[in-house]
Amino acid sequence: MPLLEVRDLGVSFATNDGTVNAVNGVKLRLEKGETLGIVGESGSGKSQLAFAIMGLLAPNGTARGSVKFDGQEILNAPPAVINPIRANRVAMVFQDPMTSLNPYMRVADQMAEVLVHHKGLSKRAAVSECVRMLDAVKIPDAKGRISLYPHEFSGGMRQRVMIAMSLLCRPDLLIADEPTTALDVTVQAQIMQLLAELQREFGMATILITHDLGVIAGFCERVIVLYGGRVMEEAPVHPLFAEPSHPYTRGLLRAIPRVDHEGAVLDSIPGSPPNMTRDQKGCPFAPRCEFAGDDCVEALAPLAEFAPGRFRACNRSLEEIA
Amino acid sequence: MTATPLLRVEDLHVSFSLRREGDWPWTPLRRLHAVNGVTFDLAEGEVLGIVGESGCGKSTLARALIQMVPATGRAIWEGKTDLLSLNRHAMLKYRADIQMVFQDPLASLNPRMTVGEIIAEPLRTHHPELDTSEVKLRVKELMDRVGLLPNQINRYPHEFSGGQCQRIGIARALVVGPKLVICDEPVSALDVSIQAQVINLLMELQRDLKLTLIFIAHDLSVVKHISNRVMVLYLGQMMEMAAGRELYGNSQHPYTQALLSAVPIPDPVREREKVVIPLTGDLPSPFSPPSGCVFRTRCARAQGICAEKVPVPLPGDHLVACHFPGPAVV
Amino acid sequence: MVIDSTRMKSLADRLAVDEVKGRSLWADARKRFLKNKAAVGGLIVLLLVLVFAAFGGTIAQYSNEELDFSIMGQIAEKGGPSLANGHYFGTDDLGRDLFARTVQGTQISLAVGIVGSAIAVLVGTFYGAFAGYVGGRTDNIMMRTVDILMSIPYMFVLILLLVVFGRSIIMLFVGIGLISWLDMSRIVRGQTLSLKHKEFIEAAEATGVSRLIIIRRHIVPNLLGVVAVYATLLVPLMILTESFISFLGLGVQEPLTSWGALISEGSGTLNYGTYWQLAFPLFFFVITLFAFFFVGDGLRDALDPKDR
Repeated sequence: MPLLEVRDLGVSFATNDGTVNAVNGVKLRLEKGETLGIVGESGSGKSQLAFAIMGLLAPNGTARGSVKFDGQEILNAPPAVINPIRANRVAMVFQDPMTSLNPYMRVADQMAEVLVHHKGLSKRAAVSECVRMLDAVKIPDAKGRISLYPHEFSGGMRQRVMIAMSLLCRPDLLIADEPTTALDVTVQAQIMQLLAELQREFGMATILITHDLGVIAGFCERVIVLYGGRVMEEAPVHPLFAEPSHPYTRGLLRAIPRVDHEGAVLDSIPGSPPNMTRDQKGCPFAPRCEFAGDDCVEALAPLAEFAPGRFRACNRSLEEIA
Repeated sequence: MTATPLLRVEDLHVSFSLRREGDWPWTPLRRLHAVNGVTFDLAEGEVLGIVGESGCGKSTLARALIQMVPATGRAIWEGKTDLLSLNRHAMLKYRADIQMVFQDPLASLNPRMTVGEIIAEPLRTHHPELDTSEVKLRVKELMDRVGLLPNQINRYPHEFSGGQCQRIGIARALVVGPKLVICDEPVSALDVSIQAQVINLLMELQRDLKLTLIFIAHDLSVVKHISNRVMVLYLGQMMEMAAGRELYGNSQHPYTQALLSAVPIPDPVREREKVVIPLTGDLPSPFSPPSGCVFRTRCARAQGICAEKVPVPLPGDHLVACHFPGPAVV
Repeated sequence: MVIDSTRMKSLADRLAVDEVKGRSLWADARKRFLKNKAAVGGLIVLLLVLVFAAFGGTIAQYSNEELDFSIMGQIAEKGGPSLANGHYFGTDDLGRDLFARTVQGTQISLAVGIVGSAIAVLVGTFYGAFAGYVGGRTDNIMMRTVDILMSIPYMFVLILLLVVFGRSIIMLFVGIGLISWLDMSRIVRGQTLSLKHKEFIEAAEATGVSRLIIIRRHIVPNLLGVVAVYATLLVPLMILTESFISFLGLGVQEPLTSWGALISEGSGTLNYGTYWQLAFPLFFFVITLFAFFFVGDGLRDALDPKDR
């Protein structure tokens, strides 16, 4: 049984300008201890996908489909079902740690609270466990720093605190939503290294959500490419980068300037990302795709396995886009 | 350098007097040194990339050149005028020659103005003699040049996507025919696929209009792609400056090496093989930067002399501000 | 700039295409406002009250000063609202037509509210925007002046003004105008401070646009949303202030009247069973205030949809 199984997940929001279909028919499986990358640009629905799995959608959002965690349905489940899972088994790390840390509480109190509440530890035992965890995320002088307030940490250190906090209950699944986007490259490299080490050490399954293909390349075993709320391609990391099977993935990889290449002109993808209030018929990438035909505007091919472990959703065959 | 540089910046300093949080009202103000003695030449038609992490003073440096923050030192324009010595009125003439493109595409456009009004603003400021139809024609011409449909002249910024908004910002910068365009993180708020469009547009415009660009970014890959020369800043000081290929291929400064090693590469094989040179510790407070070399507190090569003497780069094409320059030791 | 001829040709074609009309933020806001039922209801009520104030006089059978001697002395029995004798809202205890007096009270109260709010908008917006944008010492001096003015108990000053210079409607406008812009200037200054660091202001500065033009072209138009909301909420506040002054007997002078004065009279004579003297002015007073609040809320939601 997979740890997480998402089937036909759709997320939509009722807004003033009409219904926004942020996520459409997303399917994914995650085994225990696996690392999955979800890559997409802004508006691709990658964050909403994570929020829907965690049951944290904004009040005007609704989710359809099925999310099974360890065989148990958790999508739109009552709090009695989902709260214990959120507390003990799934943890989430956000882009901006400041929004998830209470600025008026000492780090020690915030972290210990988690353990006191969910594990029933005494305050003293909880704090010493927290210090151990801060050591694990390589915060120097953890014992001294634990009694500081969040704003007294630098951006990178704050993200480490967040990671330590999310690991306190030894979750089976960690969802990291753009954990390094707000950080400088040198700090990003350290945080990603840390996440990789912790992932090996604790053996938790991890979903890394990011727009940065470079970060994905270094961290994940399997990758899902989202565009316009739909899965365009899913593959293990090596074939995805070596031989992308979808025009969008291919375009994306060609559009990135790289430090390790001499670049001429970048192959940009023409046009703009889709307007999500539009009708969801057809392939969202069709207006920007050089291979698109009339059939692409009409309907999107279902995500199909064309080689072991590799899936693509495209009306054109691999030969046609070669 | 044979020809007179378009801009010669000498010993530029920018500092702010600030009250640090937690200070009492009577504690003396502290000085924050945002830019500390930066010197460089900018040749006509050149693209100078400025990279560094947040808080390194790269945006402040750019703003100091056009007197948007008070600075000391000299910034000689075309071998004649020191921009920093000019008063508000005298500076106005040069503002048409130096234009700026900003980071946040939407926030840099007034939401209550139409695209036409936004692009026309520098024109109306510097050429008040033009009549409405001339202005309109010029605006439409530029909209077309940057890849916008000229018939959208009456639309408002919120009706455009991020990439299109950045094109509007570029059109606004070019409408008065500037010689130097300062781009402050022009693509960092954009999606990857859009980023490439804007970079290509900037490169094309730079070539066709023979513009000089100062391109500020934190993304080393983007800077590498667009720049002829690159300057690396750390805590307001220049660490290393060289031609792009030289800097990326043969960096001599330990900070540059650490930065380069940290850039993620979108290739799982290389990304997993590469060795990241770790930077220990946090960025020192800009209120009290380390003595001597500012990078020494996080540098593996630091020795006694680094705390005593500020390293001065040897003159040449490849400037390295380090007492122990050399290729990376892994 | 050099433009080659082939490009020129295709450019000319593209320039010839008809211009597309833009959809401004105001147009968006109007659409959202019209979707808000409570706000539209409030707006309709306000319009009806305005129509009442403007044209009520033409259908009144009596002037507001005429005493109806046939009723005088038997107000409680004969002075009630009646279509037959032309006193639609009844009469007051002197036999004056309450309909005509309510029309006049409405005119005066609305005028006080709107004039007070208009002064606040004009003075407060420019004062606050200037202080906030220029900043530094100027800002300090200007805002401390506001603080000092605010620390003076204004009701006391207003009463003093009316007592010293005599009760007149001009004095009432002056007094209310003096205090109404203070809050507005503070709100506007706060907004300006947050606008000041927006990149589009920086872009205008970088290109050398003068300060006054920046305030007029970039700052004020972006403040108007907040100002409009606050102004609609300020009108009822001004009406309340005037009513309070009039209730104390210091407001407008007879035979002029206002809602406050009418309500004061009505509550004084309630013991004699002439409930209509209180009911009609109070009704107009209450629905107008409610309508203004609904419209203000509607405007806020329409202009700043993210706030909800």
